This record gives sequence, C-alpha cells and structure tokens, in this order.
Amino acid sequence: MNHTRRNFLKFAGLTAAGLCVASAGSVMAAATAATEKASEKALQAKRWAMVIDTKRVGTKETIDVLAKACHAAHNVPDIPGRQNVKWIWAAGFDEAFDQPNNFMDESLEKREFALLCNHCASPSCVRVCPTQATYQRPDGIVAMDYHRCIGCRYCMAACPYGSRSFNFMEPRLHLDLAKLNKEFPTRMRGVVEKCNFCVERLAKGKIPACVEVSQGALVFGDLSDPASEVRKVLREHYTIRRKPALGTEPSVYYII
Amino acid sequence: MLEKALKGSPKYYTWIGFLVLIILGASGIYIMQLMQGLTITGMSRDVSWGFYIAQFTYLVGVAASGVMIVLPYYFHHYKKFKDLVIFGEFMAIGAVVMCLGFIVVDIGQPQRMLNVVLYPTPNSILFWDMLVLNGYLILNVLVGWTCLECDRQHLPHPKWTKVLAYTSIIWAFSIHTVTAFLYQGLPGRHYWLTAILAARFLASAFCSGPAILLLVILLTEKVTTFKANVEGISTLAKIIAYAMCVNVFFFLLEVFTAFYSNIPGHMLPLVYLFKGVHGHHELVPFMWTAVALGLGSLALLIPPKLRDNMKLLPWSLAILVIATWIDKGLGLLIGGFNPNPFEEISPYWPTGKELIVSAMIYALGALVVTILFKIATEVKQETGASQKTEISSEA
Repeated sequence: MNHTRRNFLKFAGLTAAGLCVASAGSVMAAATAATEKASEKALQAKRWAMVIDTKRVGTKETIDVLAKACHAAHNVPDIPGRQNVKWIWAAGFDEAFDQPNNFMDESLEKREFALLCNHCASPSCVRVCPTQATYQRPDGIVAMDYHRCIGCRYCMAACPYGSRSFNFMEPRLHLDLAKLNKEFPTRMRGVVEKCNFCVERLAKGKIPACVEVSQGALVFGDLSDPASEVRKVLREHYTIRRKPALGTEPSVYYII
Repeated sequence: MLEKALKGSPKYYTWIGFLVLIILGASGIYIMQLMQGLTITGMSRDVSWGFYIAQFTYLVGVAASGVMIVLPYYFHHYKKFKDLVIFGEFMAIGAVVMCLGFIVVDIGQPQRMLNVVLYPTPNSILFWDMLVLNGYLILNVLVGWTCLECDRQHLPHPKWTKVLAYTSIIWAFSIHTVTAFLYQGLPGRHYWLTAILAARFLASAFCSGPAILLLVILLTEKVTTFKANVEGISTLAKIIAYAMCVNVFFFLLEVFTAFYSNIPGHMLPLVYLFKGVHGHHELVPFMWTAVALGLGSLALLIPPKLRDNMKLLPWSLAILVIATWIDKGLGLLIGGFNPNPFEEISPYWPTGKELIVSAMIYALGALVVTILFKIATEVKQETGASQKTEISSEA
C-alpha cells in the first residue's frame, strides 16, 4: 500500500515537473526568438577579466590609441579641466599603484599604465548605489543604467580607483556629432558613467574596443576558465592589481 | 495654530520678506544649475561632493542636537528644560528641511529622485539615510505640533506623544550615525575610514547644534516676550561645553592614530588640511582658525564663571559654531577627497553660484524656523508660560 502510494507520488511529481520545464522552455524560446541570432554570436563568460601587458602598452602614445578607440566607440566627450569624462587613460606607477618605491628601475619609473574600471568582484560602487543603477552582471561586469542614475555621485566617493566620471555638463556639447557612434547611446548631464567592458560589443560577439586595437597587448577572457587565454597569460607572467588590500578584487591585471 | 504666523510686527514681516527675497532671488541660480548642470559648482571628477553635501552633513548634526534638550527632559524629568523642548523640536524640523534641500540641489537628476523609493536598495546607506531623515522629520512634526496645540488648550499631552518622543530620542542618534556611515564605510577614503567617525559626528553635533539653538533662543528672547529658564540655559551651556571637550578629544584620537602609526594614507589628509601637501595649502588658514576658535570656545565655556556670564555666552557659542563648521563643513569633505585615488591633491573651492544656491536653502530653513518659533512664542505668550513679565513680577 505504502509502496504503491510512494510510486504514485513520484510519478505525479515527475509529470508535474516535466510539464513545468516544458512550458517554461517554450515561453523562453518564444521570448528569445527575436534576439536569438545576436545571442548565438555573443561572447559569454563566468567572470570577464583583462590582462594588460604594460611592457607593450606602456607609453602615453600607445595608451592614447586605446583611449581613442574606446572613447569613439562609446561617445565619450572630450571636456577640458577637472570636470572631464574618461573611461580609459594613462597614469604613472605612483598614481596607479599604492606601492611607492623610491629606487625603481628606470623603465618602470617612466612607464605609463592604462587605467580603467576594474570590474571588481566585490565592487564598492555597486554596494553604495541607492537605485541599483550600477549593478553587477552574472558575468562579473559592473554595468550601469544611465536612465536610472539619479546623479548622487555616491559611487564616485566609493570607488577607490577614480574610475568614475560625472557628467557635470551637457556631454553632447563636447562631442563631434558628425562622428557619433550610432550603435551606442550618448549620455545626458547629471549622470555618472565609466568603462563597461564593452558589454554592447560582447553581445554582438566582438571583443572590447581597446583590446581590439591593442595588437595583442591586452588580453581579455574568462577568469573562471583555466584554459582561457587570460589564465594562460596570468600563469606565465608576474602580474599585479591596483590596491588589492581594499578587498575589492579587481578583474584587471597588469603584467609588470 | 498656523494663523499665528500670519500676524506679526513690521519687523517680523520685514524679516520674512527678506528671507523670501533671498529664496526667490537665489532660486534663479538654482534654475540655472538645473539647466546647465552641476558644472556651475566647483566640484570635479576628484572632489565629487562639495559644499552642498558638507552643509547637509553639518545640518544633520543640528537636527540631531535637539535631543540634548529632549533627552534630559523625558528620560531624567529635568523640568528646567520644559520651555525649551518645543524649540529643540522645531529647530530639528528646520534643520531636516535644510538637509533634504541640500540633498536635492546636489543631485544631478533631481526629477529621478524617487528612484530611491521605487527601487529600494537596503545595501545602500543612502537609502537608510533617506528613511531615517524623513522619519525624524515626521516624528518631530507630530510630537512638537501636538504638544504645542495641547499646551494652548490647557490639555495634558496625549500618551502617544510620549512614546513618539522616546522614539525620537533614539532616532536622533540614528540619523547622525547613519550619516556618518555614508562616509566611514568607503574603502580608500582614509580620512573617513575610521570607526570613530560616527562618534565624532555625534560629539560635534551635540556641541554645535545646541550652541546654534541657544543662540537662536537668546535672539528669540530679544525679539519676543519669551524668557527661557535661566538655570535651563546654564545647564544647556554646560552640556555644550562637555560635548565640545569630547569632540576635541575624539579628533585628537585621530591625530594620534594617524601619526604614531606613521601610515601615509592616514596622515596625508591631516597633513594636507593643517600643513599643506605638494604645494597645496588652501585649507591651512581655515583649519588653524578652527583650532584657535575651538580651543578659545573651550577656554570660555569650561570655567563656570565665564560660562554663566550671559554677556559673554553668545560669543563663546558663536566661535564654537564657526570652529565646528570649518571642521565638518569644509575640512571633512575636502580632506576626505584629498589626496585623491591617484595620491594627488585636487583643490576644491565652492563657486559663488554654489554659495548662492546654499544661501537659498539656508534662507528656507531660517524661514521654517522663524515661522515655527513665532507660533511657539505666541502660544507661550497666550498661555502666560515662560514670560518676561512673569519673572519681573516674581522679583
């Protein structure tokens, strides 16, 4: 008696579960049908990361090439002064890393480092954002919703890397409107912005703009995959990250 | 009771007119800020919060400080504060209104402000700050208004006001603690990243807030028939003196930790503020002024003879307010953002427009406080409580 009842319940449960999966599957298939082509090409990872070979991109000029590509792709305005907006830029060793060394070798002393959002595993900017306008995607990218941001700039105070910029003024006044990238939105004044690891390009199966123009000096890949190129490069070189003591776990590594 | 705010002397109307004029005039600059963005301020990529948020922080302290009157009255039944309680509560209302005003003018997209409520995010301290500040405003409006109305009608205060008053005492500590948490949980901002910041905030609030309140009460005595209990005033001055001692002590704890540990990150903001770094000494004269005035206020407030001298007291309180304002309204924010994440100094100074918009908020607060104090003093006059004539007839 007991035995048959248990079997019956098992059977009923399996049937119910099967029905749920089937119906959910069909709903999802219907929902994604429109974007299926894009998602097939999309690059995916469990945790995106970047390794920068500072021996190869270690001057203002070479980093400027990356910045130009990035800023053109994302319609980043060119504003003079300290109310400027920047996604990727060059800085010296002392500015980039909090490990001053009075007697550094000459090449390192003169080297410039490409700085950008670190897409931290424990991002303090996401923790403080009062509207979830800054959020962490399942693939580790710290992304932003420019339409939800209220411009309180709490994230800028929370970011220990100075990676965030605020649109103090109308950014479109400082853009060459003829050269706009129509694939990416411009922003309005009063919102914060920063590097987004090119989520819009990844969705189309393209690697980030700065990686594309770096001639192999920037490596981009999945940190959780031991066979990925970033992991291979990290195994082979000595790398450091910015301010590791703060526990933010940056996803951008620098080959020194 | 609101009708009491409508009938007043020509002096009263001139003052109200003056405040309204400032609010209207300055709102032109605020509209300009709305059209052009926060570029009209001195803020930058590195110093991304400035004068507005600093005033917000200082005024949260002023709002919380009413508790220094309400707590002894309710918890210790210190009756000498009876006639001051309503002013503490009304001052808190004015201060919270200014706090909210400074947040609104600081936000880049104010029309999206309700996103904080529409997408509640408990991991953000700003979300909690919004909750506690608005809660504190409601508590004070409810308790203050109801108790005053009852006084006017010679009725005992309803029991629920006592429950809310007790709640507001605990709440007052929470508003300034949460405001400190906005700062002290941020990695990489060494000047703020200290467990004692909330305690420092409270100590500085409990001296500067009552000092401002006492100054306003002394002024109220001059322009109305209200006369505060002399012993109550001298007790409040004593509380201010103790709180200022604790405030200075807490600051010295920071100095010791930074310099004895010799850790550059902890020392640099202090060095920048008091000595200057990399050729930048914008704040040095201000910080030393704060030190001089702060110690001066202690010298005038600690000896009972000087403290109880009613001619001297307003000056002692005024210099205390200036000292604490420089510390919290200038040094805290600028020192927190300097050195910036790149170990550089990014000087900040508020622009004229920024100061005009701030004047708008301060005038708004003054207007609220004036109207509320007017109502309170009128009711006291009507009921014959704490009046100058009463004292003279006794004597």
